[in-house]
Amino acid sequence: MSDIPNRKPETGAFFARDRAWHPPGLTPGYKTSVLRSPQKALLSLDGTLSEITGPVFGHAMLGELDNDLIHNFARPGGSAIGERIIVHGRVLDERARPVAGALLEFWQANAGGRYRHKKESYLAPLDPNFGGCGRTITDENGFYSFRTIKPGPYPWPNGVNDWRPAHIHFSVFGHGFAQRLITQMYFEGDPMIWKCPIVQTIPDRAAIEQLVAALDWGSTIPMDARAYKFDIVLRGRRSTLFENRMEGN
Amino acid sequence: MVQPLGTLKESASQTAGPYVHIGLTPNFCGIGGVYDADLGAAMVNDRTRGERIEITGRVLDGTGTPLKDALIEIWQADAGGLYNSPAEMRGSADPNFPGWGRCATDGETGEYRFETIKPGRVPFRDGRRMAPHITFWIVARGINIGLHTRMYFGDEAAANAEDPVLARIEHRLRVPTLIAPADGNRYRFDIHLQGERETVFFDI
Repeated sequence: MSDIPNRKPETGAFFARDRAWHPPGLTPGYKTSVLRSPQKALLSLDGTLSEITGPVFGHAMLGELDNDLIHNFARPGGSAIGERIIVHGRVLDERARPVAGALLEFWQANAGGRYRHKKESYLAPLDPNFGGCGRTITDENGFYSFRTIKPGPYPWPNGVNDWRPAHIHFSVFGHGFAQRLITQMYFEGDPMIWKCPIVQTIPDRAAIEQLVAALDWGSTIPMDARAYKFDIVLRGRRSTLFENRMEGN
Repeated sequence: MVQPLGTLKESASQTAGPYVHIGLTPNFCGIGGVYDADLGAAMVNDRTRGERIEITGRVLDGTGTPLKDALIEIWQADAGGLYNSPAEMRGSADPNFPGWGRCATDGETGEYRFETIKPGRVPFRDGRRMAPHITFWIVARGINIGLHTRMYFGDEAAANAEDPVLARIEHRLRVPTLIAPADGNRYRFDIHLQGERETVFFDI
């Protein structure tokens, strides 16, 4: 944990979440949600210190290959099989301000859609040089990047013939625990996106499109790796100029 | 015509899925060698100040079946009631206590376990003191957006009785869903996602 240098501490409460924009708890098309969704209303709570504070992680915790999934599980001299891509973007808040020092953790299947997990039994093989996890921390302007191979789609036991689109899971920490977010990134042009019950848990098409990374030709490295750009937006926070807060700020 | 606000929309949540461990607790699920240790696995060291406690429990679905693929994160103040966060303006928290921990539920039993310290009291927005509490955040396959709740301590009856957040729970029969019974320095906090004994979840 470390402070972010040259940053005026932010102590405002976060904007309320738009719960009509996010997926609701109960989305029967995604079967597992039926028994795992609360039935009672949530208790609303304007942010107290417990929510407006949160852990902040220092760059020092990162290993050299933490943001290189092509190599971070590979044997010496080896690399993962698949379409080499760079995923990069910015973490912003709803006021369009960069979120510096945001910890991003990501995980994904290999090029054939197979996850390295004991509960996964899909018949596509594991790649001995691919683990599937990575992490990075945004810089002072909110930028991040990592290198990986493009994951394959994979079948899952929901409907009789449901397949997930190619996707990368993202976990994000902003500056307050109320900003904590897990989401998934999809790839521009993938026709599978519009068939997926998990994607369809999101009510608003614009909210789905915000999770689709654009092919970024300008950032593509010739003869090496294509690039996809994926910006992430976290909750904005109120200015505390006129708030009569006993904690003092 | 009015000026546009120029605000963005928050990225929509999606489920963490059944393989959340690959990304967040890789060593736990057998992916060794990428990270030295799983993040959030250890919250206390020899120099951490405060009373050592253990919190265990399970996350149960609408049939009472424990989730074997859930992941829980907790966030709490130190023994003096200070958060280890840049947004903490009241002083410096214990440098030997991050205040944050992460634990996957066991793949066989569904149990989770945190070794931490009992947090001090933290002021509410109007200055009243909240009872000692720990914020929980639960994600899993089938949970589309992470669930926030709080755990209060069964041996803090007086503080719980004056807690401004617990006081806002209209249905008083639901208050005990947030209070973990004490057994010495051990607390058991079961989280019921749905149904008769549904835990109170927060929109924070």
